[in-house]
Amino acid sequence: MPDINTLRLTAHTLACIRGGRIVFENLSFTVAGGQALVVTGPNGAGKSSLLRQIAGLVDIAGGGFTLNGGAAEAALAEQAHYIGHLDALKSAMSVGDTARFWSDFLGGTRAGIDAAFEIFDLHALADLPVAYLSAGQRRRLALSRLLIAPRALWLLDEPSVALDAASLARLVAAMEHHLVGGGILIAATHHDLGLSRTSSLDLSHARVPA
Amino acid sequence: MTRAFLALIVRDVALAVRVGGGGGMAVFFFLVVVAIVPLGIGPNLNLLGQIAPGLLWVALLLSSLLTLDRLFQADYEDGTLDILTMSSVPLELTVCAKIVAHWLTTGLPLVIAAPLLGLLLNLGVAQFPSLMLAMLIGTPALSFLGAIGAALTVSVRRGGLLASLLVLPFYIPVLIFGVAAAGGAAAIPGAGHQGLLLLGAVTLVSLVVGPVASAAALRANLKT
Repeated sequence: MPDINTLRLTAHTLACIRGGRIVFENLSFTVAGGQALVVTGPNGAGKSSLLRQIAGLVDIAGGGFTLNGGAAEAALAEQAHYIGHLDALKSAMSVGDTARFWSDFLGGTRAGIDAAFEIFDLHALADLPVAYLSAGQRRRLALSRLLIAPRALWLLDEPSVALDAASLARLVAAMEHHLVGGGILIAATHHDLGLSRTSSLDLSHARVPA
Repeated sequence: MTRAFLALIVRDVALAVRVGGGGGMAVFFFLVVVAIVPLGIGPNLNLLGQIAPGLLWVALLLSSLLTLDRLFQADYEDGTLDILTMSSVPLELTVCAKIVAHWLTTGLPLVIAAPLLGLLLNLGVAQFPSLMLAMLIGTPALSFLGAIGAALTVSVRRGGLLASLLVLPFYIPVLIFGVAAAGGAAAIPGAGHQGLLLLGAVTLVSLVVGPVASAAALRANLKT
């Protein structure tokens, strides 16, 4: 995990265009290591688009990102975990197989899987095919990817969807632990997650009337 | 990086075997096409034996087209592809792993099934080795070239037919040289050796072009 004092993600004069429409423009912000940035705004304000831009999954129409203090030779997307609306799970794979695949593909360790399953309470489900999981259990498995391979930047799009109170508390604890370790967390959410050291970014002001 | 590459191959092969619709479907389609041809053209054993290599190649091409559309689409639809791109593994290599898995689950079973189906068509046993060798060399090209079409149409619902139309022209050299190498009726006598070499050349080109072009097409599809 990078040093808490040096990690810093800066967005400068960022613009996003989807389907010919300007979603936001001239957006600038800075998040330092150990900080959470909660992105808020009405539907269509560009919360998901912003997260996907950081993850390299949506074209950046103007401006850009700078990450200081991360791994020098790695692209921004390689240092980020993105948990979006889609869970990226295969019905035919078991919970354990899914975790082992992500661990192998993303460069995690077996100990990382154990820790992730412990935190998201997945040990009892390890042999079950993903097809039989409930929406909340699927969400927990998707979130376990955050801990399976350590990455400095967490991008979470509505992470609390389908989670019960106990699971949400587990997620918030994992987030707090990530922040204490010096990581950066950017979450788009309509709910107050109750994180300490949070700054917020309201996209409704960045919105350009159609 | 090797670990990630192998993990993706193992996952895709396991999924294809468990879910079905991959290799099994291609082999059964292959069987169906080959089994109905003698019914259509009558029990003329000499004629069947003559057209058998060409017929097997055509059936092989159609079977492998059938399985193309799911190559990237399943991962695209459930969000897995997003995560696969956010890796230190270059997307070209990721795509390459998926294509290798596709070949292992469709191309290879088809090659193994080909001599059995050749018996149905009265193909001479002496021709089995050259046919299998040609198919073994040619089928990777089908997966690697097909991936380009699959990647271009990944965001199109039921884009299988569109992918087939895009890919089929690129399959033609494989078909021509494949039949030549297997010694079919369409082949020039004595051209088997050259056919095999040219088939190998097509496969080598596809090994290079396929992953690069597919990765570029996937990037373009993901970002829009």
